[in-house]
Amino acid sequence: MKNYYFQAEHLWAGYNRKPIVRELEFRLPKGEILSLIGPNGAGKSTVLKSIAGQLGLIEGVVYLGEDSLSELGRKQLAKRMSVLFTEKPKGEMMTCRDMVATGRYPYTGRFGVLSPKDMCIVDEALEMVHIAGMAELDFNKASDGQKQRVMLARAMCQEPEIVILDEPTSYLDVKHKLEFLSVLQDMKEKKGLTVIMSLHELELAKRISDKVLCLKDGYAGKYGTPEEIFSHGYIEELFDIREGSFDQESGSVELRRPKGRADLFVIAGGGQGRDIYYRLQREGRPFATGILYDNDLDYPAARSLAAQVIGTKAFETVEEGTICRARQIMDACGQVICCRENIGSLDLANRELMEYAREKGMYVKGYYGSGNYVRCGKEPSCGWAVQDYEPGRVSDGSL
Amino acid sequence: MLENRKTARCSMALTFLGVGSLMLLFCNIIFGSISIPAREFGSFLAGGRMDETYRRIIMEIRFPRAAAAFWLGGALALSGYLLQTFFRNPIAGPFVLGISSGSKLAVALVMIFFLGKSIRVSSGALIAAAFAGALLSMGVVLLMSKKVDSMALLVISGVMIGYICSAITDFIVTFADDADIVNLHSWSQGSFSGMNWDHVAAMAAVLSVSVLIIFCLAKPISAYELGQSYAENMGVNTVKLQILLVILSSILSACVVAFAGPISFVGIAVPHLVKRLADTSRPLWMIPASFLGGSMFCLGCDLIARISFAPVELGISTVTAVFGAPVVLWIMAGRRMGT
Repeated sequence: MKNYYFQAEHLWAGYNRKPIVRELEFRLPKGEILSLIGPNGAGKSTVLKSIAGQLGLIEGVVYLGEDSLSELGRKQLAKRMSVLFTEKPKGEMMTCRDMVATGRYPYTGRFGVLSPKDMCIVDEALEMVHIAGMAELDFNKASDGQKQRVMLARAMCQEPEIVILDEPTSYLDVKHKLEFLSVLQDMKEKKGLTVIMSLHELELAKRISDKVLCLKDGYAGKYGTPEEIFSHGYIEELFDIREGSFDQESGSVELRRPKGRADLFVIAGGGQGRDIYYRLQREGRPFATGILYDNDLDYPAARSLAAQVIGTKAFETVEEGTICRARQIMDACGQVICCRENIGSLDLANRELMEYAREKGMYVKGYYGSGNYVRCGKEPSCGWAVQDYEPGRVSDGSL
Repeated sequence: MLENRKTARCSMALTFLGVGSLMLLFCNIIFGSISIPAREFGSFLAGGRMDETYRRIIMEIRFPRAAAAFWLGGALALSGYLLQTFFRNPIAGPFVLGISSGSKLAVALVMIFFLGKSIRVSSGALIAAAFAGALLSMGVVLLMSKKVDSMALLVISGVMIGYICSAITDFIVTFADDADIVNLHSWSQGSFSGMNWDHVAAMAAVLSVSVLIIFCLAKPISAYELGQSYAENMGVNTVKLQILLVILSSILSACVVAFAGPISFVGIAVPHLVKRLADTSRPLWMIPASFLGGSMFCLGCDLIARISFAPVELGISTVTAVFGAPVVLWIMAGRRMGT
């Protein structure tokens, strides 16, 4: 009990007593970041509104430290918890500083006049989210990203122990996403801030969260560390991904695999094949690829996009059977391109494949798709003179 | 420091509005179909003697009328400000939302009922009737606001409620006794005429308490302006605040209707004008500034209504509309352009 700062027990939440989310149970120690993930309409915002005390709980209890949420007075709660929701205040005729200063509300007197100490805290908050320079800018004239940071500064001004954020990074560009999350991490480290937020960006959720809670159709899915959640293809199941795929290792996504029988073999590896895979995917062209070690940067993308992947265990000698199978697939494709800048002396298997492709006259130096000719990397430096690409033979993608 | 500069601007705006109101109050007393020499009025103020006719014009007609314009104008503007805050709608006001018309209907009913029995209606009863009418209209507007989420539609439903109430009022007035009609007709058009000190005392009592309460709500109102969820998170009981806002704005506009009838555009226009003047939207400044701005506006309009075509007197709403309606157009044009 004592180890947890935040506890939700047996939580049912919804509007007008109609439950949207049922039987939720999770605990969070002080100074940890919890991300809520799940498909649109799973009830993430409902959960956040409920644990922020803005939506009456249908059933269940939420504890902040030792106190249950329903027993805490509004004013006490305001000093412990701040929120950042998706709707932005209008802030008519308010500067960014004015907006940040509204966070001091629970601490000011009857008429809300700021003391010098309040002003100091406002300044600190502005510094912290790097908007001190635009403090006097009209809030309504600020960009979405700036507004979001102003609202974060506002939330921090409230000197909370816990902050609830609903999709805080949704409208931010990549730089500001990273800055925003860095501020949260800083606050977590310096002040032991506990964070509960919903995130759509899975790659960020995987990186920043200490705990991840999955929601689907109003029920709790898995709850655990990111390592536990981002494994066994659980994310694809959670989001019911059918078109394309989600790579749980990198947190990135791949579009769907081109349909059909592969008629192009890509010798890849060392992370040099991915760009070609993406290009082939865009052109809807099925391909086979190999031989890839299973720890290669190309490997996850190949598994998602290629019709066939010849993979092999990393740090092991490639078995003859694997090379043999690669040759067969090459023969079936009839065309071979190579993305490698060099095929190192230990990568004998791929050297052998290159040799084979050359001998059979299947090797072309570039890929000629539905647009322009792409040279696939430099000449592989394995000491062969390779036939030049012949545009006459390869045109309109029908290699 | 910038914060100080803002405070200075707000204080200056407030001073301007205060001094302006006082000056217009003074003008309202000395100007009219019979102008009173300023020197004579000055010596009267200093405790000297004055011509009896002048004294009676001032003390029995003009001063109570000007005092009423001061109090009721302030009440109208403040009521408009509260409604704009409550509905988060820049063109809300007691008149456009039909609240004034609701009060008008209730007051007309009460007046006709009592006058028919030859009973003099007390100020308190008039205010109570107007308040009941205001709450009734407000209730309908609130119901509508749950159904429609567009600002324009809300205002349109308010205008419709206003028309319905006015139609019923006209219907009642048509069938009232001749003696009542004279009274009711000028009142139902809106006018500050016929005020006496009893009226002024009654409105001052009700309004001063209401305004004081509203001023004490400045802090929660500032939180409410950020939106419901943020206000809740700041520890504001928004349900309680909303109820207070509804009741207080209804009292303010009820008070106006009970004594002066429905007056248009002051409630919408003045808060925007003083917001620009003081360059702030902080309720702590906006509440006194709206009140004084409304006073100044109504005193000015009443002066124009009385003297521009003297001895013919214009309806107060005629003048307020001339000055107020362009402001409303200006607000809407400004919003279009995204400000």
